[in-house]
Parts: sequence; C-alpha cells; structure tokens
Amino acid sequence: MDLRLMTAEPTAAERDAVDKVLGEPDSGWVGGLRRAVDGHAAVGGRSIRERRHQLLPALHAVQSSAGWISQGALNYICRRLTVPPAEAYGVVTFYAMLSTTPRPPRVAHVCDDVSCAVAGAGGLKAALERKLGPAGLGTGEVTWIRSPCLGMCDQAPAVFLQLAGGHDWAIGSAEPDSVVSGLVGQTPAFETGDSSDLHVSSGGPLLARVGKESPSDLGDYRAAGGYSALARAFDMGPQAVIDEITLSGLTGRGGAAFPTGRKWQAVADAAGPRYVVANGDESEPGTFKDRVLMEEDPFAVIEAMAIAGWAVGAEKGYLYIRGEYPLATQRLGDAIEQARVYGLLGGNVLGRGVAFDIELRRGAGAYICGEETALFNSIEGYRGEPRSKPPYPTERGLFGQPTLVNNIETLANVLPIINGGGQAFAATGTPGSTGTKLFCLSGSVNRPGVYEVAFGATLGQLLDMAGGVRPGRRLQAILVGGAAGSFVEPDSLDVPATFEGLGAIGASLGSGAVVVFDDTVEMPSIVGRIAEFFRDESCGQCVPCRVGTVRQEEALHRLIEGPPDGQVGLLNEIAAVMRDGSICGLGQTAATAVQSAVALGLVGGAT
Amino acid sequence: MSGVVITVDGRPVETSADLTILETCREEGLDIPTLCFLENLTPANTCRICVVEIGGSRALVPACSRRVESGMQIKTESERVRHTRMMVLELLGSSVDLSLTPLVDQLMDRYGAAPDRFDGGATVEEAPTIDNQLFVRDYAKCILCYKCVQACGVDAQNTFAISVVGRGFEARIATEYQLALPDSACVFCGNCFGVCPTGALIPTTEYEMRAAGTWDEDAQTVTRTICPYCGVGCNLDLVVQDNRILKALSPLDHDVTSGHLCIKGRFGWQHVQSE
Amino acid sequence: MEDTDLIVLWGSNAREAHPIFFHHILKAIHSGARMYAIDPRRTTSTQWADMWLGLDVGSDIALANAVGREIIAAGLQNQTFIDRATVGFEAYRQSVEQWTLDRAEAVTGVPAEAIRALAHEYAKAGRAQLCWTLGITEHHNATDNVLALINLALLTGHVGRYGSGLVPIRGQNNVQGGGDMGALPNKLPGFQDVENDKARERFEAAWAATLNPVKGWHLSQMFEAMARGELRALYVIGENPAQSEADTNHTVELLRGLDFMVVQDIYLTKTAELANVVLPAAAGWVESEGTVTSSERRVQRVRKALDPPGQARDDIDILSDLARRMGHHWATPTAEQAWDELRSLSPIHAGMSYPRLEELGGLQWPCRDEDDPGELFLHGRLWHDPPGGPPAPFTPVEDSPPLDVLSEEYPIRLTTGRRLDSFNTGVQSGGYESPIRRGETIDLSPEDGAALAVAEGERVLVSSRRGAVRAPVRFDPSLRPGLAFMTLHFPDEVETNRLTNDAWDPKSGTAEFKATAIRIDRLDT
Ligand SMILES: Cc1cc2nc3c(=O)[nH]c(=O)nc-3n(C[C@H](O)[C@H](O)[C@H](O)COP(=O)(O)O)c2cc1C
Ligand code: SF4
Ligand code: SF4
Ligand code: SF4
Ligand code: FES
Ligand code: FES
Repeated sequence: MDLRLMTAEPTAAERDAVDKVLGEPDSGWVGGLRRAVDGHAAVGGRSIRERRHQLLPALHAVQSSAGWISQGALNYICRRLTVPPAEAYGVVTFYAMLSTTPRPPRVAHVCDDVSCAVAGAGGLKAALERKLGPAGLGTGEVTWIRSPCLGMCDQAPAVFLQLAGGHDWAIGSAEPDSVVSGLVGQTPAFETGDSSDLHVSSGGPLLARVGKESPSDLGDYRAAGGYSALARAFDMGPQAVIDEITLSGLTGRGGAAFPTGRKWQAVADAAGPRYVVANGDESEPGTFKDRVLMEEDPFAVIEAMAIAGWAVGAEKGYLYIRGEYPLATQRLGDAIEQARVYGLLGGNVLGRGVAFDIELRRGAGAYICGEETALFNSIEGYRGEPRSKPPYPTERGLFGQPTLVNNIETLANVLPIINGGGQAFAATGTPGSTGTKLFCLSGSVNRPGVYEVAFGATLGQLLDMAGGVRPGRRLQAILVGGAAGSFVEPDSLDVPATFEGLGAIGASLGSGAVVVFDDTVEMPSIVGRIAEFFRDESCGQCVPCRVGTVRQEEALHRLIEGPPDGQVGLLNEIAAVMRDGSICGLGQTAATAVQSAVALGLVGGAT
Repeated sequence: MSGVVITVDGRPVETSADLTILETCREEGLDIPTLCFLENLTPANTCRICVVEIGGSRALVPACSRRVESGMQIKTESERVRHTRMMVLELLGSSVDLSLTPLVDQLMDRYGAAPDRFDGGATVEEAPTIDNQLFVRDYAKCILCYKCVQACGVDAQNTFAISVVGRGFEARIATEYQLALPDSACVFCGNCFGVCPTGALIPTTEYEMRAAGTWDEDAQTVTRTICPYCGVGCNLDLVVQDNRILKALSPLDHDVTSGHLCIKGRFGWQHVQSE
Repeated sequence: MEDTDLIVLWGSNAREAHPIFFHHILKAIHSGARMYAIDPRRTTSTQWADMWLGLDVGSDIALANAVGREIIAAGLQNQTFIDRATVGFEAYRQSVEQWTLDRAEAVTGVPAEAIRALAHEYAKAGRAQLCWTLGITEHHNATDNVLALINLALLTGHVGRYGSGLVPIRGQNNVQGGGDMGALPNKLPGFQDVENDKARERFEAAWAATLNPVKGWHLSQMFEAMARGELRALYVIGENPAQSEADTNHTVELLRGLDFMVVQDIYLTKTAELANVVLPAAAGWVESEGTVTSSERRVQRVRKALDPPGQARDDIDILSDLARRMGHHWATPTAEQAWDELRSLSPIHAGMSYPRLEELGGLQWPCRDEDDPGELFLHGRLWHDPPGGPPAPFTPVEDSPPLDVLSEEYPIRLTTGRRLDSFNTGVQSGGYESPIRRGETIDLSPEDGAALAVAEGERVLVSSRRGAVRAPVRFDPSLRPGLAFMTLHFPDEVETNRLTNDAWDPKSGTAEFKATAIRIDRLDT
C-alpha cells in the first residue's frame, strides 16, 4: 500500500528494539538497505499487509526499550509492517501502557481500584505524591500514575512497575518505600518470583498442583500426571472430546457463562482454517484467578489449549495475556518454549502427527481487550474496539476465521473433564453449575486469595473460607462479579454462588470476583471508582457507552455531592440506554454495579 | 437471495435475506433514523440511533447493519427503542455541537429529547482546526460516527490519513501525532467531508460563507455534470450560488464514483471562476 | 474490474492520474484480487501490487515478449481460444522465441523470477484485467507497445469476458469522446473511416456538403508539415501545444512561423498568446450542455451550472457563427439537436437519447437502439462459437529501445508523469490552491543525489540533447539509481518539455515523453 510516512527517523536503539521482534528487514522497501535488485522488483500487497498483526509486539518492544513511542520509532514500525502512521497512532493511543509523549522511563502504575482502595491505596498515593511529585509529572527517571485493578487484589495494594530498559515487575502489599526502591533499584530476576504471597485453597483439581509443583519444570508437570489428558484426547478423537465437554455441562468462566461444548462444536463445524484463543486478559476489577493459573500452572493452560485445538481442528492458538502480568507472561513464554522442545507443541505433538502451536500475545493496558472481538482486533494490530455481533467468533473471529475463545479457567477445566470424564465432572456442583469454581476473595477479608470450591457454596461460606471480615468489623456489602457485577448486602449471604443462585437475586457470577467491604469502607467512593473505571475503559466507539459512562459518573457525583435531586431518575435513564443500546458487554453492564449500589442505598442514602 | 418472512411492528413482511433491517424497513416506508450510516460505506454502527427491538434479543440491535433473518419479530418504535433514541440524541446533543447536523431538530422533537438535562456536563469542545486552504475540521461538531475514517480508509480512498485516536470520551479523529493535514498522508480528496453528517468537516468556502452569513441554501442550485479532468467520467454535483461554484459533491448511487472524488474533481473547479 | 482475480497494471500510475479508477482497483484488491504492476518507478500505484516489476524505461516490449514466451514455453496459453478466435499465433510464437527470461532480465533489468511469476499468474488467472495508460503510449513505438500487450491477452484469452479484458485508461475527460465524434484525422464520427466511400457518402448526404476523401494529418505530422512550410494556418480548440508538446523550443518556433493562428479556449494559454485571433470559449463541462465519453466508453451528460464569464461563448455558438460568416446557415443547434444528428449518423451511438442518458446515468457504446442497454465490455464476440466477425490477429512486435540513448555525456534516464493534484500543463489545476502541490522538481534517487553531491532543494541544471532547464532537486526513493522524474505540470516554472524528445510513433502520432537522456550539473560550487 502507498504509505506517506512522517519525516522522523528512529534512533539506533529504537531500530534495534523493533528488529529484535520483527527480524531484519527483508528488502530496501521495508526499512532495510536499498539493494540493486530493490530497484527492479518488490514484493508488496497482501503478503506485506499481513504483517500487521506484529504491530502491538513491535510497539511493546519500543515502549519497553525507550520508554515511549517517538515519531521516528513509529515511522520505522510503519515502514516495516506497511501500516499507515495515522492508524498506528490510533492503536498506540488506545493503550494505557503505551505513551506517545516522552515520559520518565520507569513508571509505577498504582492501583486504586476497589480492593486496593480498601487496603490503603489512598495513603500510598499520597505518600508517592510527596516523594515523587504529582501523578504522571515526574521529569526525571521515575514517575507514578493511577491504575485500574491490576489483578493482584489478593496482595493489595498492588503496584505494577513498567521499567523501560529492564523488564516489568509487579509488587504486592506495596509500601511507599517498596515502590520507590522498585522504581530506582535493581529489578528482581524472574526466577526469584516465588509463590510465598500465594493464598490459594484447593477444593478440586484446578489448583491441585498450584504451590506444590514447580511452574517452570515440564518434568515436574509430567510427573504429576501432566499431558495424560492430551494423550487421552488424541486416543478419543476430536468429536468424542467435544461430546465429553458437552456432557460435563461446563460453562464459560470468562463472564458470559456460555456452554463450552456448544461453542467447541460450532467451531469444529465451521470451515477452516480455525484458531484457538485463550483469553488471559483478566482485567475485571477484583479478579485474579487466571493470573494464578498462568503463573503457577502454565503447562496445564498449554495442554488444555492443545486439546481444544485438536478437538475443533485448529493448528494455531493465541494466548492473549494482559500487559500487567509480567511474571505470568514470563512463565508462560518459558513453558511454551519447553513444550516445543519436548514435542508437546509444534508440528508433531506427542509424536501423533498433530500440529499445534501457540503464540503468546501481550495486551497493553485496556480492559476492553478482554472482550473477545476486541481481543481479535488487538491481536490483528487494530484498535481494540469490539466488533458488531453477529457474526460470532465461531463463524468469523480472529483474522476473519472461525475461532474458539475460552477463558483461562474454562480451559483449565478441560483437563479434569478429559481425565475423569464429563459425567463425573457434571456430578460435581449443582445441576445448573457443574464442576468447581475459582473464587477471588479480596477486600476486607482476613485471607484474600483464590478459593476453589465445588459449585453450591454460599456467599457466606466463601466469606468464611477467607477468614471473614477483620475482628471488630461488620460486613457492609459484597461486590459479586467485579465491576460489571452487582453489590449485595449481608442478607444475601445464604445465596449459593452459582450461576442460577446469583441469577435468582438479579446478580451474576461474572468472573468469580467477590470483593468484600466492611463497615469502615466509604461506599460512595467505591461506587464512584467503578463509574470512573467504565468511563476510562470505554473504547469510545458507541454513543451510549462513550457519553453514557461520562454522564453516569457526573450524575453519580451529583448524587453524592449534591444537588442530588432527580439524579436517581437520570441514572436509571442512562442505565437503560447503556444496557439496551451499547455494542458490547462493557457498555451493557457499565451501570449494573452503580444501579445495584443506588438500589441498596450504598450511595445517596435511601431512595 | 432467498426470500424470508419477518414481522415488523406486528405486520408480516416478505423480504430477502441479503437485506438489512434498515433496508427492509425503508422499503416498507418506515422512517428509521440514522446518523452514522451511509449507503456507500460499511456500517460502523456506532451511533445506535437506528436500534430496533428484536424478539429474543436482550439488547436492541442496530437496523443499519443487522441482516434480517427468517421469523424475526421487529419493533421499530417500542418504548425501549424510543428511549434509546431519545437518550442517544441527548447524549450527543449535550456533548457535541449539532447545529449543522441536518434534521436533528426534527429528530429531537420526534423523540422528545432535551439535551439541556445534562447541562454542565463534559463536552468535546475545541477550536476549529484550520491548517489548509481547502477544508476546515471543526471537531467540536464531531459525533465520532467513523464515516470520515472509513471514507479515507478502506471503504474508498485507502489513504488512511486520519484515524480515531485516544479512547472513550477522549477519542477524537486525528492524524498521527496530531500533525497538520498537509504534513500528513492526506491527499485532499475531500471524501471525508463528503460523508461527514455534522458539518465537522466542511469546505473552507462553506465555512467562511457561514461565518459571514452569506451561505444561503435557498439561493443554491445543484447541477450534475462530469469532471473535466481525467477520463474516468466522475459525476459531479456542483452546488452553485450567485453563479459561483461553492462545492463539489458526487452522487452516492453512481457506480463510477460511489460518491467519492479526487482532489481535482473536488476542488479543481476554481479555474472557471477566477476573477 | 471489481470482480477480477488478477490486475496487471502496466505503465500506469492510476493511483495519482486516475484516482477514482484506482478506487475500483482497490475494491478488487480488498475482495481478493492480486495485482502486478509494471513501471520503471515504484509509484504509489505499484506499492499496492503484490509484485512490482521495475523495468528499464522503454523495455516494455522485451518484457511483454518474454512473458509471452514463458507462457508458451510452460504450455499455459489458452490454445482453444487461440485456435478458435485468433490468427497469427505461429508467427507470434516464433517472434518471441528468443525472449528467454534471462535475456529479458538483461534487457529490462527485472529479475527473471519476477517475470516468470507474472507470466504464470497471468496465464493461470481465472479472470485478469490488463490496464495501461501513458506509460505505454508516450513512447516512440507506442503502438507496438500496445500490440505487445494485446498479444498477451490473446494468448491467454483474457479478453472480452466479464472480469477479463484490456483496459486502456484515457488521460483526459473526453479523449475518448473526441474520438467518438470523429476528431481523428482518419475517422468520421462513430469511428467510420473517412476513406470509406459509403460512410462518407452518408455524411455528405446528411450535411449536403462534399467531404475531403483523404485522411488528414495527426498532430505530429502537422508540426512536420509546419516545418516543411506546407501548413500555414492553424485553428486550435482547447489545446495548448506551445507547452504540451515535446521539445517546446521547437514547437513555439513553428507556431510563430505560421501565417495565421486562431485559438479557441477558456484560458489565455501560452498558445493563445501566440495567436492572431483568440475566441474565448465557455467551459464545456460546466458552462454549457453536452456529452462526454469516459475511458470505459460511457457517454454521460455534462450540464450547464454557470453562465460563462464576459464574452465567452459556447463552442457550438462560436462554430455556428463562424459557419455563418463563411456562408453556411447552421441555425445554431442546441446541444441535444447536435447530438441527435450524431445519433442518426453514428450507429454505435444511435440508442443514446438524452432522456436515456439522463435516466441511466450514462450508457456505454455500442448502443444501437433505444432498447440496447449498451456494452459492458467489448470483444465479447471472440467467445462466440464461431466468433462473430474476423478472428483477432496476433501482431509480432520487436523490442526497440528509446531513441534518445544514454551515453557518458547523458547518463541519466528522465521519465515524465503526473502528480495527483495537478493535470497536464496545469492551466486548469493551477486554479486552486493545493496544500500538497510542491512545484516542479527534478526527482532523483537518493543514491544519485549522493553521487552528484547535490542537496535536496538545490537548483541544478538539467540538460538533454535538445535543451536545458533549471529545477530544484528532490530525492525520491521510488526511483532507482540512473532514473529521474519530472512532470509537465508547471511549464511556467520549469519547461520540462524543452528536454523531451519529439520523436513520435509513426502509427499513433504520440511523442516520446517518457524516455529522455539527461545529465545533471550543479549550478554553484
Ligand atoms: C468488557 C468485557 C471484558 C471481558 N474481559 C474478559 C477477560 O478479561 N477474560 C475473559 O476470559 N473473558 C472476558 N470477557 C468475556 C469474553 O468476551 C468471552 O466471553 C470469554 O472470553 C469467553 O470465554 P468463556 O466462554 O470460556 O467464558 C469480557 C467481556 C467483556 C464484555
Ligand atoms: S459498549 Fe463501550 S466498550 Fe463496548 S463498543 Fe461501545 S463504547 Fe466500546
Ligand atoms: S481529504 Fe481525503 S485523504 Fe485527506 S483526510 Fe479527507 S478523506 Fe483522507
Ligand atoms: S468528523 Fe464528521 S465524519 Fe468524521 S467522525 Fe466526526 S462527525 Fe463523523
Ligand atoms: S489489584 Fe487493585 S483492585 Fe485489583
Ligand atoms: S445508523 Fe445504525 S448505528 Fe448509527
């Protein structure tokens, strides 16, 4: 395509960073030296334009080497990948982790979302402001900015360190000093990332290996029974695998609660080539179970993806992981490498002549990219805007091909289903919610963490497992299902935390987030933070969500600060248009939590 | 394409499976409002004013892009539909300057929209960008319908000089690093303002005449002729007032141009009125 | 176009010269078509191609013949079509026999592998469109260039079918229409031959006048006749030869030498400045009624949107008045009356009434009566069995390099073309302010710039065997070393045509704008 690039040139370091991910340019026309033959022939067109899916990896490379994306660097990437600069710029500006203006190379993203707010994020921010200056304004080597939930609510307050020139790092139970030393000091090597902060309780197969087997050793994994499911699946044949999944009654754990077997069948029935996408974007505030699976049991995720590929007839899988998960990214990358070496991925998996490989893709700071079609756009090198459905991913997904998208936890369930049979799986839990579920307990509880329980446990039982609220405190409210979920009050503790149980009270299980607030928490600011979250994370495509989330936040603010007259009515009207008129689930659920909070009188007094 | 039967507002309607709900309803004489839809572009379905209610579907669906399916039960003016349309108008009207959006007042009346309910809320206000002699970008009027991006991009011009930039309420139409248009990839084909529904993109002549109060649509004629430049035979619709050409458009339904032109057809008429 | 599988864009920078035509190419590309582009420069058009073949200027026939040979050598020709609908295949086969890929690589500079890929894809494509413009025709052997391409279409059967054909793209809005109306030295309206007695007689009867039975001179012949002193008076309507012809020094001299020249134009062009009488005309496309014919033979209506300024008058008025002064009473017909007369005399336009043109947004000829929907593509008859009419002939053509040869003294090849926002000599397009117009430059490859030690923006002396101009340098990576580029858009700034070669193609009369040998010298040191 005919590009008109900017005039800026990349620095040598920027060029190297790009070349490291893209390889050396293959002709003078795409950024290499001009050779004589380039004057007489050139390959262009589709085969060059198809390189666009490398855009985000290339941007990541520059961001993490230079600390921002300069015009010269973007220009070079555009030339390498034949992407128009305006479009590339549109992509860069979509992501919170990428900067188009120079900024200090070492940035602390300080979470002040629901769980961290409960754990003292406010004090942490104030301390950082004193030490480092106002958010985003550091002029030297370091600065800090606010962040939505970082998926480490079990270790609140959490901070993600984006360290150009080194590798990114996340710190839990952050203190002002640990943040500053993390910014200026030596970044710990990945190998030292231990699991001592891990609070997990395994009431089933999903967490059985977590904290026991090394996440970095394929030998350990195999010794603990790993790859028996894949071998079995190969023996069973694709359709039998799908039938077993269907029989198990497994429903998606990503939030939409879609029957997994039906999805697999639809993809298998569509004409190929097909893709498998594992959704590890986990950005729903209060949710961190997929991180634990990816960090602590990466081989299981890979094995499950291979089974999915076999069942639906896909040879290529993408694992999309949120950008703020450095340790999980590192371990998954490492696990994929090992699996390739041992023939568990590649052209001849397990020596059975089956091809399946996985590409790991990092997000760059956008909640919306967890929405399946936004995720496709993100992988393809476009802005992470959701597509209009239909067509559904099972018909036209990644690169326009039939695609199976599953949440990480959903995939993790595939292994016990294949090993133990769908029937046995269905016998666990309740008839409407089969199997076990990972619940993410955080906020005002004694032992925040991931708890695996057979479906059927009530909210109160979950709360008890996490040690209840601290002594002397009283339970005020629970946010179930994350920011897209709803608040419930102590009178709902007897409600089973199942799809049907929560559905019956107008709530939803969502991602399995259970954020607990005791009586010391100022609920209006929590609810306000949720409204702010949706305003910040709206992709901006559709009017109901783009403007509605702003108007919702404004009306909520008036409701809290006054004058409150008429604001509840306005909020209801805004909620209706967002729910009815938005393109995707973000806008459709952006009012749910706020609505429930207003209805329960958590903000604006009783109405 | 195969014929299908659907129900529209309680009436059975026979239509064809390759049509959208909007196309079917228009054939039935129903007036479904649109803002971001244009016949010569891929539906972006971002404005959501065209939504209708479909039996069995939780959310409303955009009529402009959704194809009909056999047995669909469609309500085009249900309470939910009317509420959504009213709110879309209010959300836009309270954040964007719609003064040059044609027919928007009638729509506001029809759906009882009162954007002033949100007075004091955030707006997209910003000063007009005047960085070239041919057209003005006044993004305070932009409803982010994506049409210009599509016309500049894959639907017609394939120049990709502009893109949606930023996210959420901060999203804007811009060039890379907000460069001035002459420094960008822009080739000044004007296809962006040819599709802009709000006057956010507007030829300089029109912009200046409106500012001076001399723009008078009643005194204007539109004459269709053929572009005097290359041999492709592009149809031009010349808007003329007082024996002066004010702007050149192109018919959307002509298969040579599909409404799009190049810089010569769009602006190359000044030679006949050099004075 | 949009439904084809393969587009071969040969010598055409349609992206800039015919942008809306290129929109249709892009639609085809987006719906899966592949494209090969053949052009010395890697133009914006060629950047959309799956493969660009950057041949040396003037080596088109060598390339085309090699493609033909490769198709035959690989057994990929459409023998059924050849046998049924063409003649001369054997002679053609022999004529291209020596054009091996290696020889073609040596002559054209294009890697053999790329030529082979083009040959195979073109031959194997289900549907393929072969398009060209001035890059093919502005050569001393223009007609041969076109014939070489036609041979390829005949060889593969990519002609006369939906989605498959030959697409010459015209340079100006009504070049085709001029031809339709008989503005060719050997044709009457509707492409009827002047030297055909029967055709002529019909016109003579309708016009009650005797017509000269001998075909006239084409433009290049006219200038030669001026040089010989045989042509002494000239009536120029809407042309600007003083700037548009190759070797302008010489052209202006010849025009000055005329006894009498009338120029009828909407501007006071450089040519008009040399005229004895200037007749100000209304702008045909916006100040009067009429029709034009586009490249795809589509006749469309132009309409009057403006009153012409001052004393300017409609061409029909001027001509009728002139006729009256010469003693003929034409009664100043309306545009529609003149058109209806044409319809009565030109069978291919007979079905195109004004109301139909209006209603259908134009019609493509041939359109023989009022029920005829017009022809989407020509030559469909070749697919009938037996093919209606005579078989299509292969015409062997020989490679003939540019006449203006490169030498030590003139080592750089200059080629000319258009830029997007400008048009020909700039008389129309100069009227608006284009933010992207940057004036004339001599575009050089960055390598040549470095070798000559010139900086961007520096004014240099560009000389050919015929003349010299000064122009600022611009580096253009779409050029390879040894190749330079200029436009003809800014004759008032830089008279590029002082450099170009007026050697013309004896068959079509087009001058060799595209291949000039030049040297570049620094002005100041
Ligand atoms: C705004 C939004 C964010 C989402 N984020 C995630 C996410 O982070 N992880 C995830 O698995 N699914 C997420 N989803 C749901 C996905 O779109 C999709 O339904 C899911 O990945 C399907 O997997 P499952 O069937 O295994 O649940 C999100 C949906 C929306 C609307
Ligand atoms: S609902 Fe919100 S996030 Fe989803 S497409 Fe619309 S603007 Fe984007
Ligand atoms: S004028 Fe043409 S190239 Fe420029 S922004 Fe508009 S559509 Fe794009
Ligand atoms: S500038 Fe106009 S066309 Fe472009 S998005 Fe805004 S309103 Fe739509
Ligand atoms: S990590 Fe801070 S709220 Fe989840
Ligand atoms: S017109 Fe259908 S969404 Fe805008």
